[in-house]
Amino acid sequence: MNRKKLQKLTDSLTKNCKHFNKFEVKCLINLFYNLVGDVTERQGVVVGLDRNAFRNILHMTFGMTDDMIMDRVFRGFDKDNDGCITVSEWVYGLSVFLRGTLEEKMKYCFAVFDLNGDGFISKEEMFHMLKNSLLKQPSEEDPDEGIKDLVEITLRKMDHDHDGKLSFADYEQAVREETLLLEAFGPCLPDPKSQKEFEAQVFKDPNEFNEV
Amino acid sequence: MSQQEGRFNEEQQKEKDQPNEAPEEEAAALRKASTASRRSALEKKQISLGRSQMTKRLEPSLNWKTTVDAKENKSSLRDTQEEKHGGRLEKSRPSTSPGRAQLIRKSAEKIEEIISESSSESEEDEEPPDHLQEANADLPSEYWQIQKLVKYLKGGNQTATVIALCSMKDFNLAQETCQLAIRDVGGLEVLINLLETDEVKCKIGSLKILKEISRNPQIRRNIVDLGGLPVMVNILDSPHKSLKCLAAETIANVAKFRRAWRAVRRHGGITKLVALLDCRRPSAEPAQPGLYEARDGEVAHCGALALWSCSKSYANKEAIRRAGGIPLLARLLKTSCEDMLIPVVATLQECASEEKYRAAIKAERIIENLVKNLSSENKQLQEHCATAICQCAEDEETRDLVRLRGGLRPLASLLSNTDNKERLAAVTGAIWKCSISKENVTKFREYKAIEALVGLLTDQPEEVLVNAVGALGECCQEPEGRVTVRKRGGIQPLVDLLVGTNRALLVNVTKAVGACAVEPESMMIIDHLDGVRLLWSLLKNPHPDVKASAAWALCPCIQNAKDAGEMVRSFVGGLELVVNLLKSDNKEVLASVCAAITNIAKDQENLAVITDHGVVPLLSKLANTNNDKLRRHLAEAISRCCMWGRNRVAFGKHKAVAPLVRNLKSNDTNVHRATAQALYQLSEDADNCITMHENGAVKLLLHMVGSPDQDLQEAAAGCISNIRRLALATEKARHT
Repeated sequence: MNRKKLQKLTDSLTKNCKHFNKFEVKCLINLFYNLVGDVTERQGVVVGLDRNAFRNILHMTFGMTDDMIMDRVFRGFDKDNDGCITVSEWVYGLSVFLRGTLEEKMKYCFAVFDLNGDGFISKEEMFHMLKNSLLKQPSEEDPDEGIKDLVEITLRKMDHDHDGKLSFADYEQAVREETLLLEAFGPCLPDPKSQKEFEAQVFKDPNEFNEV
Repeated sequence: MSQQEGRFNEEQQKEKDQPNEAPEEEAAALRKASTASRRSALEKKQISLGRSQMTKRLEPSLNWKTTVDAKENKSSLRDTQEEKHGGRLEKSRPSTSPGRAQLIRKSAEKIEEIISESSSESEEDEEPPDHLQEANADLPSEYWQIQKLVKYLKGGNQTATVIALCSMKDFNLAQETCQLAIRDVGGLEVLINLLETDEVKCKIGSLKILKEISRNPQIRRNIVDLGGLPVMVNILDSPHKSLKCLAAETIANVAKFRRAWRAVRRHGGITKLVALLDCRRPSAEPAQPGLYEARDGEVAHCGALALWSCSKSYANKEAIRRAGGIPLLARLLKTSCEDMLIPVVATLQECASEEKYRAAIKAERIIENLVKNLSSENKQLQEHCATAICQCAEDEETRDLVRLRGGLRPLASLLSNTDNKERLAAVTGAIWKCSISKENVTKFREYKAIEALVGLLTDQPEEVLVNAVGALGECCQEPEGRVTVRKRGGIQPLVDLLVGTNRALLVNVTKAVGACAVEPESMMIIDHLDGVRLLWSLLKNPHPDVKASAAWALCPCIQNAKDAGEMVRSFVGGLELVVNLLKSDNKEVLASVCAAITNIAKDQENLAVITDHGVVPLLSKLANTNNDKLRRHLAEAISRCCMWGRNRVAFGKHKAVAPLVRNLKSNDTNVHRATAQALYQLSEDADNCITMHENGAVKLLLHMVGSPDQDLQEAAAGCISNIRRLALATEKARHT
């Protein structure tokens, strides 16, 4: 990208994205292009991070391991759903991911957990996400019983309108009462330690940011 | 599968509606039968509370469950159960009925509070017996639900763990059943293990639960046994403020007994907690809108809460001081809002019992703030401020400071509010200690505090009485105070209190009565109320400080009573009792008894009686002492007793003279005066003069002839002249 375009991009991103200053946006843009690598810009081809590259970053930098969640995070970043995260999506996404206010994070997490995007987190979706969260006891007759129970417990706790599924309003109220429930169905936000390390690295010198 | 679901729903339904059907006899019997087998399983679990156990525990089986939540019928069940299992239930302390459990917990906690208030270093009562061994069969559903959650904690990943922790928090963790439910399946171990992970959310969730359940004394001990405290202390280093707060709050709840205090200190906990108080230090973290943040003031508040709990131990008080706690507490005192102040003041008050602290407290101008907060709306805050002032007022400069900062008026005005007994006790305590300074007493008189104190003499709990009477005792050291007390009808209630058993109270009452007895009019009232006899009988009290105080009080009584001699003689066996007290080991008792004897011996008849009881040898034996107070009063007693029959000679025979001469070497002028007077009296006998001369009395007495004290001059001169006269007479006899 030529300098003028870059400058314009930086400015617009800084303006629209509330949590990063100009220097930080610059660093993130640099990082993005480092990660994407040398790609000549051609008309009609979108330059960006594809699913694998992005999941790689989530795994290596932020220590995420849950495949399903990582997938959902990718979807969360990729707003126009074209399978590729552009530089703007990257910066906007990271803005919430790293420094979002509670409201922004709630919206983001809810979108991650709402697997079919219908505005509700259903019991089946919960079950799907919590499927692997309990160690299977060899003696247990039905290994899914524990998961079902967990789903019931969660629903009982968070479903305030008692309609058997979680609307955003339910979720929001529950999180406001107990912040720990923000990532109730899986870690879709970075843990404080990796976040700190990432920021320290990137905002110091993005060129040094080492990616395997 | 469907069977499981069925049971699942059953369980749910049970929670939704709470049916309280009366169980059938058969159902009850059935339950009891299965109880026996399950109880032994429970007991097995009980035995291993140690850390090492993560062995497979018996899973609670749902097979036995009925649909009934029979909470209400526990009492009836328990009675029938006790009949059948008579031998097994040694103590009938029901633990599972929530209402009763709360009652027992409340009374146990109350005992805790009283004990910890009365002496700083004390801790909780002996560990209460483990309840669940006599557990009632019918545990409420919460018990099983919680156990299930613990299972998820053990076997779940971070997500499942957080869900389980949040759900567990919803239960009424103040209830003993829930607390023990967690403990019985190794929940405590899991919770503490979670604290050692890196996962912030798990730590937060776990601490929230530990904070609540550690209100139970048993659980606290379990947590400490499992090594929970060092882990929590480490968390105090976390960069996340909310974690720091939670860890400190949990430590505040756990650290209520000696082993815990020691553990906190040994792992550097005190230093870390003191560091929390420093909210001015810029945080190392850049300001991030993190989810785990809290206000700085909150962190300091939680730190103060923890320090308050820990400061009950002497070693910890010292550690707090060394870690620089006082300046930080002082700063918090100035800057915090009222809600935050209570733990700060309470910690200062705990620490102020040590002298080293008082100097530091003076330096930091803490007294000013304490006085200011006496006028707060918050009763507990007022109470702690008053107690802190009471502790600090042992020191004279502080007493003056309290007056200069206008602290005496609010203290006096708080006397009128008698509803809150703890606060009243604290306020009267502060007034007592402040009254040691005369200027303060004058002020208190202005504020009509003496009248108010007299009003408190009836119908108040002992903690208040001890302090109120102590204050009156100080106020009555002055004539105006005595008059006020008399005019307010204070003498009667004081005399009434002479029949109590509380040691501290008796010491104070005798002092107060003695102070009043200096005034002849008051003395009449005391006599009329038979107060002297009551004082005399206190000489038989087992505590030496009570004995001594009573003896001191008797002196002005005897001095000022009409027909003192008669009065003393009217106490059957009284004189013998007094003389026998000369056999005591306690110096204070001895000094006071000598003083009393000095007064008794003013009456010739009584002097004869005590001589018969052997007062001379007993007094002589005491002459060899280094204690100045005793030396003085002993010498005065000997002076008096010389004025009967052959006592002078007897003192000489019992070898009292030489030690008396040695006592002249003391630095105390009171001792000089009394001893010189005694020697003067003794020198009427020739043999005594020789002994004195042999022991170098003349030289010592010569110094004293030049003393500014007139009585001393006269006595010394008189004694020397007697010795000289004898010497001259001997000379003369030799040359004729």
